[in-house]
Amino acid sequence: MEILVCARRVPDTSENEIEMNSAGNDIERDDLVYSVNEPDNYAVEEALEIVERTGGTVTVVTVGGDDDEEILRREMAMGAKQGVLLSDDAFEGSDGRGIATILAAFVKKGHYDLILTGVQAEDGAAQVGGMLAALLDYPFASLVNSIEVQQGKLKISREIEGGNKEINEIDLPCVLSIQTGINEPRYVGMRGIRQVASVPIPTFDGPYLGVNGDKAGLAAAKVKRLDYFVPPLGKGAEMLEGSTAEIVDKLIDLLKAKGGLN
Amino acid sequence: MAEAIPSPAQATFWLIQGRVLFWIVNLLGSACFAYIVAKRLAPLVRGQRDIRFDRPLIRLGRLLQYWFGQWRHPRYLAAGIIHIFLFAGFIVLVIHTVSLLALGTSDHPAAAGGLYGAISDYAATVVFLCMIVAIVRRLLKPARYAVPARYGKAHTPDAIFLLALIALLMVADSVFEASHAAGQWQHHLPVEPLAVMSLPWILQGALMAAPLPVLANLYLGAYLGHELTFFFLLCYRPFGIQFHVETSLFTVYFAKLDRGTVKPVRWGVPDDQLDQVKSFGVKTFEDFTWKHMLDFYSCADCGRCSDQCPANAVGRPLSPRFLTIKARDYSFQHYPVWGGAHNGKPGQPLIGGIYAEDEIWSCTTCGACEAECPLLVEYIDKIVDLRRGMVDEGKVPQSLQKPLKALESRGNPFGKMEKKKADWVKAKDFQQTCNVRILNGDGSADTLYFVDSITSYDDRIQAIGRATARILHSTGENFGILGAIEKDSGHDVRRFGEETLFMALREHNTEAIKASGVERIVTSDPHAYNALKHDYKDVPPVEHISEVIARKVRAGDIKLKQVEDENDVYAYHDPCYLGRHNGIYDAPREVLDAIPGLKRVEMRRSRDRSFCCGGGGLALFYEPKEDQRMGVKRVQMAAEAGANVIVTACPFCMVNMEDAIKVAGMEGKMTAIDLTELVEKQMR
Repeated sequence: MEILVCARRVPDTSENEIEMNSAGNDIERDDLVYSVNEPDNYAVEEALEIVERTGGTVTVVTVGGDDDEEILRREMAMGAKQGVLLSDDAFEGSDGRGIATILAAFVKKGHYDLILTGVQAEDGAAQVGGMLAALLDYPFASLVNSIEVQQGKLKISREIEGGNKEINEIDLPCVLSIQTGINEPRYVGMRGIRQVASVPIPTFDGPYLGVNGDKAGLAAAKVKRLDYFVPPLGKGAEMLEGSTAEIVDKLIDLLKAKGGLN
Repeated sequence: MAEAIPSPAQATFWLIQGRVLFWIVNLLGSACFAYIVAKRLAPLVRGQRDIRFDRPLIRLGRLLQYWFGQWRHPRYLAAGIIHIFLFAGFIVLVIHTVSLLALGTSDHPAAAGGLYGAISDYAATVVFLCMIVAIVRRLLKPARYAVPARYGKAHTPDAIFLLALIALLMVADSVFEASHAAGQWQHHLPVEPLAVMSLPWILQGALMAAPLPVLANLYLGAYLGHELTFFFLLCYRPFGIQFHVETSLFTVYFAKLDRGTVKPVRWGVPDDQLDQVKSFGVKTFEDFTWKHMLDFYSCADCGRCSDQCPANAVGRPLSPRFLTIKARDYSFQHYPVWGGAHNGKPGQPLIGGIYAEDEIWSCTTCGACEAECPLLVEYIDKIVDLRRGMVDEGKVPQSLQKPLKALESRGNPFGKMEKKKADWVKAKDFQQTCNVRILNGDGSADTLYFVDSITSYDDRIQAIGRATARILHSTGENFGILGAIEKDSGHDVRRFGEETLFMALREHNTEAIKASGVERIVTSDPHAYNALKHDYKDVPPVEHISEVIARKVRAGDIKLKQVEDENDVYAYHDPCYLGRHNGIYDAPREVLDAIPGLKRVEMRRSRDRSFCCGGGGLALFYEPKEDQRMGVKRVQMAAEAGANVIVTACPFCMVNMEDAIKVAGMEGKMTAIDLTELVEKQMR
């Protein structure tokens, strides 16, 4: 099976202290470290595991600039056969639909049986997967947390309310957005990344993909970010008092009352 | 010398002359043994390179101490003393046995009489008695001999069989001597007197009245029995734990000399050529070095390693003893004595085969097993090599992936920002009285305080950093820190198998340290200490703060006041990487004993038997399967010893101890304090 995984490079929330910039319309981007968007990493691992079981190859694609090659190399070190960069000045400032348009144009240039995205980007809106499917006229399933390959179709489960699962059959080719926890992504060490450091990464631009400023980029964006909002600090924590057993009892009552426990 | 009974060489056994028969037995037995040993060497030849032929004088010295001197045996007193007697008996009997074998093929054997004859009579007796005790011990089984079901079956019947064979050998030898002596006495012929109260002497007494033909039959029968038992034992030992009788000499001679170090990825491959090595670590049995394979043969299955192993004690799925036994069984199965290597299935993965991932991650590299093994079998290097193999294949627990990624991008496992690395020096009351300089390479400081990640970033542990700085400051030390450019020492990155990341961290820090222009390094973190001392090259000499404090106390530069509460009882917990791996046991104790009025007790397990707190570095992030925390067991040991204050000298021990005190519900009854914090408090 030929699988394409759409991945994205995001500021790593566990390794940065995210702060607003002084204008309040973006985060402070000095001294950030980036990594692969976590759900996308699960999608790559899932693709690799499918290929290990049924054969085929995994390609990872991202829309961005030279800096974004870093995550393609990481996913190649993980086992993806190829990394592809879709890069053009005209793509800058794209909204979700713009990104989906660029990706759809790339998909049409190749032959992919299955397209995976992460369930959402940590700085995104969980919209590209669905839009990509619509643009391609492929079936789509979101929040997928298990995949079983069958003849010409997949048996998948989706996460629904309360941790329950919904089992679906979906025809190939299709687009799936992958939920975290579907697998345990393998570790990628520095050595693995070094080994793919000099593998060329094909880069495709707007003219090649047939995507110009009318279809993607800032001018074509119909969703524009106006502001960020930081929630005000609450009153602070409630300290439970008493013996350990009493504290545990109170905590369980509170969790039940607030819906954290059934 | 006239003989009442014909010698075995002259006697006739079933129409065959003794000399001919024993030539055949000796040759067949030796050839059989040589064949088996050659087969056992087959995997070693396929093993990885290991540099063990250096420093012969030091190796000989250790051979004398640990092999000939049986140095570590008395650590387990009863079993140790039995083994020393047994070993001494075997050593004594070597010459006796050779001369006995020669007797079967020679008309004029060299008479081994006189003092040696008497000693070997006693040696046979001692060995015989040791065998009886050893057999009883295997029937009554000390707890550490037990084999949990997940690790396979006990080999008790086999062990008893082998012990009984040795006992039989001693009896045959004694009957041989006794019947000969009795025959000589009966005919008033000259005879070498047997040693009084020895087994041959007792048997001689019993046989004195026996008719000569009976004595002759006993004499020749015992000789034949001895010959056959000897060669059967010789050829049977390489199939089980008694192979150590032959291999221990080599295992001890080739034992690792440099404690605190970790073996290179591949011996003989320089660091800058590691990128060309196709596979890292141990993935299949043949990835072990020949010395490590030899270790598997030499393990005597005594269980002392696992008895001391903290991971085993808290129910983690790791037992060093079975790490070895499983590998030995694998080797026997895949390199059989009969038939070709591998049984047709080459190079099967060890992880998922004989070992599980959890098993290999469960080790804290505390070194308790290695400090105990009488045969100096190595464990940490094998664990690290197996981890390198897993890292290479991406098999790393999710709990360790985040800290490793953070170490790569931020240089610390917490993912904290570099620019905040020196924030601990900015604490309000501290900065006014103790200004810690960040070195900028102008060569103005003599000493670098290497702080390392946890002391820089952890809110609680920063206090250890400040106490250390204050001690250095108040004793007039001209020191500074690297600040934002200091990255994690990488000590546990290396021991968790991420060699490439470790090398990047080492390279970065080495440059930063060199650029700072300091002449020496001090650290309060034993893990950083061990890394800078053993893993780094070309950096200035490094000291742990406890050594610095001890020296300054001795010189009178640090004066310590009376303890506040004289009812407090202190116990010092030896951090693994200060004690076992670097031999610093006395400096911290010396400092504690220099505090007037301080009452100190020793825990049941201290010094080189110290019990690991749960592990440092990445071990803090690993989520093991266990019944109990190591730290909880440790604070309970402190309570047993009658202490209510645990003093340690390692930031990771502090984290684990304070957690354990809470988990054990001992808050208010037990406190933990770092040596630097205590000294800061007691300084006048």
